[in-house]
This record gives sequence, C-alpha cells and structure tokens, in this order.
Amino acid sequence: MSRRPPRFLLGGRRFSPAASLALAAPFLLLLAVVFLLPLATLLHESLFVPAPGVENYAHALQEPVYLRVMLRTLRIAFFVTLLALLLAWPLAWVMSRSRGLGLALLGAAVLLPLWTSVLVRTYAWMVLLQRNGVINQILAQLGLIDQPARLLYTEGAVVLAMAHVLLPFMVLPLYSALKGIPEDYPRAAQMLGASPWATFREVIWPLCLPGVTSGCLMVFLLALGFFVTPALIGGPQQMMIATLVSQQVRELLDWPFAGALVGILLAFVLVLTLIFRRAVRLDRFVGQA
Amino acid sequence: MRKLEADRSAGSITIEGLVKRFGTVHAVDGVSLDIRAGEFLALLGPSGSGKTTILMAIAGFEYPDEGRILLGGEDITWLPPNRRNLGMVFQRYTLFPHMSVLENIAFPLKMRGIGRAEREERAHAALRTVRLEQMGGRQPAQLSGGQQQRVAIARAIVYRPRVLLMDEPLSALDKNLREEMQIEIKHLQREIGITVVFVTHDQTEALTMADRVAVLDHGRLQQLGAPRELYEAPQTEFVAGFIGETNFWSGTAAAAAAPGQPVGVRLDGGGLMEATAASPVAAGGRVRLALRPERLRILPAGEGGVPARVTEAIYAGNATTLMLEASGSQTLRLRIPAGAGLPEPAAGDSVTLGWHAGDARAFAVAP
Repeated sequence: MSRRPPRFLLGGRRFSPAASLALAAPFLLLLAVVFLLPLATLLHESLFVPAPGVENYAHALQEPVYLRVMLRTLRIAFFVTLLALLLAWPLAWVMSRSRGLGLALLGAAVLLPLWTSVLVRTYAWMVLLQRNGVINQILAQLGLIDQPARLLYTEGAVVLAMAHVLLPFMVLPLYSALKGIPEDYPRAAQMLGASPWATFREVIWPLCLPGVTSGCLMVFLLALGFFVTPALIGGPQQMMIATLVSQQVRELLDWPFAGALVGILLAFVLVLTLIFRRAVRLDRFVGQA
Repeated sequence: MRKLEADRSAGSITIEGLVKRFGTVHAVDGVSLDIRAGEFLALLGPSGSGKTTILMAIAGFEYPDEGRILLGGEDITWLPPNRRNLGMVFQRYTLFPHMSVLENIAFPLKMRGIGRAEREERAHAALRTVRLEQMGGRQPAQLSGGQQQRVAIARAIVYRPRVLLMDEPLSALDKNLREEMQIEIKHLQREIGITVVFVTHDQTEALTMADRVAVLDHGRLQQLGAPRELYEAPQTEFVAGFIGETNFWSGTAAAAAAPGQPVGVRLDGGGLMEATAASPVAAGGRVRLALRPERLRILPAGEGGVPARVTEAIYAGNATTLMLEASGSQTLRLRIPAGAGLPEPAAGDSVTLGWHAGDARAFAVAP
C-alpha cells in the first residue's frame, strides 16, 4: 500500500506551506469576496432582521406553500438524478469501451451541450414541448392525439429537460469509473460462469459504484439549486426553491426570508454531501483495503 | 469404467482449420490442433503469431471466421464463454478487488448456484491446493503478485473444469518467482490431471512446462511436438531459429536429398560439409544450415573441417562461448562446456570447425 505523499508535488519538488498558500491565494480571495462574504451577509440578515431569532426559518418551515416548494424541489431533483443515471450509464459504458473516432464523437455529443448556454438548451426544449411544438405536431400527425397535449409547464417536462441539461455531470464520473475497470474483469467473470447480467450485477456495478455515487451527488445537488430550466419550463405551478428565492429577493424584496430559504437549502446540501462523502470513502475502503 | 473413459476424453480439445481475420490481417491462418485430455500444451510464438487469438477462440472471446473447436468431441465454437465450463488464468491479475480472496474463489461456485456452506468448504480446499490457506480473509491488493496468480489458479480450478487456459500468467512476475511458479503449476497440473493450454512467448517456459509445444508464426502452426523434438529436430527454419540458440550458414546442396537423408553442402565462403536434410533439398539448390553452438566441435589440427578465427572468448562459469569468424565473413557462436577438459582457444587463435552430420540441419531456401 503506497502512502499518500504529505504535500503536493510538482516536478518531484515539495511545496512549502507558504508556497501552497500563495498558489491558492488568488482563488481563495475571490471565493471569500464574491461568495463567502455575500452568503454570510445573507445568512446574518436571515437571523437578525427584523429581530434576532429564528423567526424567518420557522416561517419557511411552517407555511405549507413553502414546504410544498421544498418537497417538490426534492422530488424533482430525485427523479432528475434517477433519469440522468438511467440515460448516462449505458452511454458511459459504450464510451468506456470505445476508442478513436467513436469515442471522439460520443465525447463531443456529451461535452458540446455542456459548452452551450443552459438558456439555449432550455429554449430548445420549449420549442419541442410547446402547444404547437414539434412533439405535439408529430403526435397529431400520427393520429395519436386529437388536440395538442399539455407538455410544457408540467413536472414531467421539468424533470426531462433538467435531466438532459445535467446529463454531462453524470456521464463524466461514470465514464471515468467504468474506464478504470479493466476488460479482463468482466472476461474473468464470464469464464467463471457468470452470465452477462450476473457479470454486471456482481462485478461491473460494484466496481463503478464510486462513480455512480459522485455522479448522482453532483446531479442531485445541482438540481436542487437549479434556476433557469425549472423557471422557464415549469412555470408557476412547478416552482422550485431557487425560483422562490429569486421571487422573494426581486419581487418582494424580502431579503431576510430569502436568506432563511438559502440557509435551509445550504444546510440540506451540506448534510447530504457529508453523508455521501462517507459512503464514497467507505466504498473505496472496502474495495481496496 | 466407461464413465471414467468418457471423463478422460472430455478434456480433449480439437481445433479444425481455424481462421481468424482482423481486417486484412490473418491473425490465425488455418490452424488445426489436437490437444489430448490431461496434456500440458504450450502455444509458443512471437507477438502477432496468433497464439493468443487461438486461446481466445477456445475461451469464447473471439469467434473464428472459419473452422471449429471441439471440447471432448462437442462443438463449442459458438458457445458463449460462461457456458463452456473452462478455467482461465489471465496475464494481468484479475482477482475482483471488491471481494476477499475467499469470495473470489467462491465466485464461480456461486454462479453455479452452489450453497454457501459447500462454497466455503470447496473454496478453502482450493486455497489449500495452492498453499495459501491463511490468506482467505485478505483483500487481493494485500497479496503479492505471485500469491495473486495462485489465488487466480485456485479460482479457475475450484469448479473442476476439464480444461485450464493460461494466457502468459507469469509474465508479470520477476524471474526467480516465475521459475518457481512454473514448476508449481506443472506439479499442480499432474496432481489434478487437468488439460492445460498455456500461451507464452518465452521458449524456456514452454520447454520447461509443456508435454508438447505448438510453435506458431504469422498465424500458422510451424511445428507441434515434445520439447526435445522441437530442439533436436526442428522442421522449419523458423522453429530452428526460435527455439534455442542457432547459427545459420547458407550454402548450396551438392545433391538432392529427402528429409532425414544426409546431404553434402557447399558452404558460402568455401568448404564441403556433411549435413542432414530437414526439408526436401534439390541438387544445386540453395540451403540454410542450422547449427547449435554446443554441437559445433573444434577439430585437432590437420583434420578436414572449416577454418575459422576466434574473435572473442566469453567465460560464463558453466561454459565458455567463442565468437568465431569463418571465410565469407560468416560469424558463428560455439559453446564449450566447462569441466569436460576440452581445449579452450583464446581470442585471435585459428581453429578448424567440424560437426556431426546429424547435428547440422539443412533447410531448403525458397528460390
């Protein structure tokens, strides 16, 4: 078992703590000024305005309207993660077993959307899903429906569009986990009598679990705070927490209450991250110790 | 008794006219091979000779373009790997990293629906066979390379397959451990009487371990025989050069000869020497003589032979190797065993070379 080197290495040379700090300083400074400081201000306001106490938090957690938004956010994020996993796994598997042009094309298919604006991809879904959109036209021409179906502004549409937008964040960790499974493992399993399904269940799935966990965590957390796609595709009935926060800030100017909502979301995300970090570590430990 | 006979032939493999093309390259080009039950057969050849492709076709990971493969008389050419009931040990370590050593060995039994208690018992027994009974609870990464391959062997034999396929299983180990494992695998094979098909590019490994060796080159079977046959009586120039050390000397046949017959050869650079034809030789046809360094003799002065000059003498303890130059700038190696009291010329000496006609094999060169 190799021990982890104590500090970062570059060209075989160890950095002193001062040098490490100096290299990270620009980013840390940026983080502090544009992220931590405003966040701290917001959270401070949520606890001390109008009066010191947890008034704002109690309001958010007791009012059914806001609770519904939070539960909907969790539910949508869950289904987005599930759908993204189902779509991404086979794709990542094919990519991990491809080389050359095939891999380049598949990689481009995954990465190009990532480099395109979320707004563009969301509008594309609106074009597809609207009353006179492509999907309704096709369904009508096939004679499957008499009048245009309501596709846009439904929870299903939100889940579908978000899963698509967030797909690369699932594909990439899965791809690297699957790429790390040598071809000889599934081969050995088959020689030992495992059917293709048993090979997947007993060997490939357990070995790619770290990738599954980090992909799901990434997509779930991004989905929780997602703004553009649910705001445009979901409309007011499918409001998620990010939209609610934005509404509080921009329309009602209720900064302290928005701060409380952000605080709740943040706490939830932190807890979830900690739990899953443990799970990921545990996996690695069981796998390699 | 009849069942016993059936069990015995069950481990035989017949390969008939196997052809496998990758694009325009013939990886395997019409190979037929009979592997007897209980035999240790090595597939030996340089990289690209087709040996691994043949093994993969037996395993079921490659389907041939032509030909068939029979296991115990049953056609398995198109059967998926998991239904062939063969054992296989791979070149790289393939123990599943998320299972303990014992779980790894019990895996094939689990796949066969065998209950937990029997699984564990048989896995323990297999672990004892490879002398690692204490290691069952460890994770594969905690074992050395040699131990991992022994566990891989235990995992491949625990379900008592009729045939064990081995794809250069020792190539990742260092030299001493490799030699130790060669003998251990050989002993294990005798003990359990399993048919072994062993792929290697290392001729010493093939000669040490195998009952018979199939030498392959460019997808074709060059020769199939016992190690001694291959070394003493190579049938092609490739086999003569690939197995052991060989000096080649070109010349012209003085008369026509059939394989096995003596033939006089006029060496390029001068001199008429006796040899044995290894392939049909035409009168006046070009031939290549294959001469083993340890079969070359230094003749006493005055006897008829080929004159040569010693350019270098290399002492290596158990033998001394002479580098020689004969007329026509032909270079040769000659080995003098230590302890036999033979004279050892020094660099710069002039000597007369000779050999027994049976030790010089003449291969006809395609014009």
